[in-house]
Amino acid sequence: MISYILRRTFAAVILLLVVSAVTFAIFFLLPRLAGQTADQLAQQYIGKSPSKADIAAVKHNLGLDQPVYVQYWHFIKGIVAGADYSIGPTTVHCDAPCFGYSFKNHQAVWPELTSRIPITLSLAVGAAVLWLLSGVVAGVISALKPRSVYDRAFMGVALAGVSLPMFFTGNLALLLFTEQLPIFGRDYVPFTENPSQWANTLFPAWCSLALLYSAIYARLTRSGMLETMNEDFIRTARAKGLRERNVVVRHGLRAALTPIITVFGMDVGLLLGGAVITEYVFSLPGVGQYAVQGITDNDLPKILGVTLLAAFFVVIANLVVDVLYAAADPRVRLS
Amino acid sequence: MRRSALAAIAAIGSASLLVAGCSKADDNKNENGTKSAGANAATKGVVNASDKKGGTLTYELSDVPDSFDPGNTYYAYMYNLSRLWARPLMTFKPGAGEEGNTLVPDLAASKGVPSDGGKTWTYKLRSGLKYEDGSPITSKDVKYAVERSNFARDVLSLGPNYFQQFLAGGDKYKGPYKDKSDKGLSSIETPDDTTVVFHLKQAFQEFDYLVAAPQTAPVPKAKDKGVDYVKSIVSSGSYKFQSYEDGKQAILVRNENWDAKTDPLRKQLPDKIVVKLKVNPETIDQDVLAGKAIDLAGTGVQASTQADVITDPDKKAGTDNTFGGRLVYMAINTKVAPFDKVECRKAVQYAIDKVSVQTAEGGPIRGEIASTVLPPDIPGYAKSDVYATSGNKGDVAKAKAQLKACGKSSISTNISARSDRPQEVDAATAIINSLKKVGINASLKQYPSGKYFTDYAGVPKFTEKQNLGLIMMQWGADWPSGYGFLQQILNGKAISQSGNTNLAQYDSKDVNNLLSKAIGTQDTTERNSLYTQIDKKTMDDAVLVPLTYFKVLLARPQNYTNLVSTAAFSGQYDYLNIGVASK
Repeated sequence: MISYILRRTFAAVILLLVVSAVTFAIFFLLPRLAGQTADQLAQQYIGKSPSKADIAAVKHNLGLDQPVYVQYWHFIKGIVAGADYSIGPTTVHCDAPCFGYSFKNHQAVWPELTSRIPITLSLAVGAAVLWLLSGVVAGVISALKPRSVYDRAFMGVALAGVSLPMFFTGNLALLLFTEQLPIFGRDYVPFTENPSQWANTLFPAWCSLALLYSAIYARLTRSGMLETMNEDFIRTARAKGLRERNVVVRHGLRAALTPIITVFGMDVGLLLGGAVITEYVFSLPGVGQYAVQGITDNDLPKILGVTLLAAFFVVIANLVVDVLYAAADPRVRLS
Repeated sequence: MRRSALAAIAAIGSASLLVAGCSKADDNKNENGTKSAGANAATKGVVNASDKKGGTLTYELSDVPDSFDPGNTYYAYMYNLSRLWARPLMTFKPGAGEEGNTLVPDLAASKGVPSDGGKTWTYKLRSGLKYEDGSPITSKDVKYAVERSNFARDVLSLGPNYFQQFLAGGDKYKGPYKDKSDKGLSSIETPDDTTVVFHLKQAFQEFDYLVAAPQTAPVPKAKDKGVDYVKSIVSSGSYKFQSYEDGKQAILVRNENWDAKTDPLRKQLPDKIVVKLKVNPETIDQDVLAGKAIDLAGTGVQASTQADVITDPDKKAGTDNTFGGRLVYMAINTKVAPFDKVECRKAVQYAIDKVSVQTAEGGPIRGEIASTVLPPDIPGYAKSDVYATSGNKGDVAKAKAQLKACGKSSISTNISARSDRPQEVDAATAIINSLKKVGINASLKQYPSGKYFTDYAGVPKFTEKQNLGLIMMQWGADWPSGYGFLQQILNGKAISQSGNTNLAQYDSKDVNNLLSKAIGTQDTTERNSLYTQIDKKTMDDAVLVPLTYFKVLLARPQNYTNLVSTAAFSGQYDYLNIGVASK
């Protein structure tokens, strides 16, 4: 198990290096190939009517006067060993892992990311619990009572949930729960400050996100369970006199869980990299908002930071999924 | 893709607000149950005038500002808001419409005293000025603030650099972070702690406007941390920072060391001011309509909300629709054939159906049809329409006649617009349809707004290579005067190889000379008449097509006091003295 995790961790580091190199290349090499000069790139980060000296100074400060591979090396070095930035009257040390300084407002990326991760994490985890519970329960009931009123109702809601975009469900939830029936707050409160307020302000966002995702889980669970419940081992379990609840949960559901775990891991991993639209609709200052700001400002360090963070979470989620496979299915061995 | 996403937001927001509207029959009443002051009331005077203190005032912004640092910002709304913590030498009097363009002394005791024909400007500071920590504000701090904001653009890069351009020796000074001597820039003198003297390269009669920028708000050198100063700004205004979270939120509280005796402008009404960033635009509109917030950007309500408020008479009574000091126009590139010939440019002027462009821009409520370079709320504006057509719908016959005079029967060209500005793209499409009728075939080229000037439309070589004859543009003045508006878009000397805003590449000796003459002319009436002449000359040369005078549609929060829409800040409410009616 430990050697498996070590191997996967090493592979993850390589993957993250590749992701960072590709992002770097997209940001620097493609525009160069299209004819953009370093001066033009630098000029995006200065106000109106810059002098040549201004452009040269900004180019130097941002390291844009160096070859791309040197810039990339400095970036990687900063993540491992930290970096010093001498911009203006003071020299600022950026501790490892230093993801660089924003080209636009010269603020360090890593502290910004770490201050936003709890918000995105809160959103993703709360919504994930809701969608997993509601999706799996709806899927199981639908599978046990196929073509019943319950089945049709759950699948109808699931279809609506997966079809309606977050712009609709989110704005509707905001209108209903914070304006028409103001039982939920809107301004995010950290969990460490007030757990009940934290849940209160995030609940509309959780519900909207869960509605979107639970549909997939309900349908996956339903189809998996329908298939599993007709297997020979289920008939055997029933013949052995096991209670129906045990047959469904311990044998049927467990066997149907594998694809759900796979999708769940990927979904949570991706969400932790920033639930862009949900954060936008609910005005949550999370990683997704930071990503959008980076893209709007053409701010490479911000974009790189979020890309690597998202890739990291996806890799970790995949690792956790693999470990969970073994728990869900004894036939799987981590070797 | 982006357009459809925005359309979805608009449609859903509209539907949801309609629901909200149906359930609240008396939305135009404030908390005291009184009716609102009526549509456009804040463009004519102060609405809910009050000296009531207390409460929390909330600003919401769908984006993030460039910076809260007064020396590192260029957004009009930050120029407006930053006066709460950063007092410039001069500022604008809180007043309705063009009355708001009136300059009044702020940190200075009186207006600047010009000498040497307008090349030297002297300001005396008020006495008894203090920072939030109780330390005295001196003229040296003003000098330092100008130096750091204009001469260290590799560090504080986001603001304008007018002082660098106009101060004597400005092109040689390396800035306070590289020049470690105490002397600083020699063309800014501080003979004593309350006097600051600026020596300019040339006469500049509108210098009082320049010193109204937040860049003249004092910064104590010992407390300056360059880019990190934004995290610990030392207030000279009526409020100070209690907390600041980059990209998220800022909270301001009363500055106890601010003294009303030194400040005839500010009232320091709310106990607390909260500035929330990255708020969903639909949420902002809902909060503004509920009287709970002000839209900090001040560009007006979303398109979806607009449909709601202008069709409901009660809600419309709580709105202010006014000019935003901006012109929506299309530049005709004089360096791209055949638009180097004035007759071909005139053909374009006559061909365009401006009503269709106005509709694409959002209708009359978002802009009046324009026929001059200067908008009506900028001094120097004079009503005129050189290329008048019936109902502003274009004149095919006149356009074809001009085309013939140009020696052409058809033209093939390109027109550029910013891809992330759907209204601009729609306006360009309307123009393409108009031009097609007279034989001018224009193909739409879309570029992202973030690189529009640095990589595409603002790079003359690129425009010439790509046959970009027509370029969509929107322009607002850095300060409300003819020079502030015209200089960057018409002066031949302002043409640069990248980041260019004189998109027509218009280099007329007459216009260049008139601009130089105007800025050296002391008499305001005479100066404004020169701006009118420049406007007329530009239109005669047909180098740009004025499309609409941009208008904002602000929803007026009923629970807030002292709301007045000012021309000085693009029609935004003046943020100096807004208070809270009920806590």
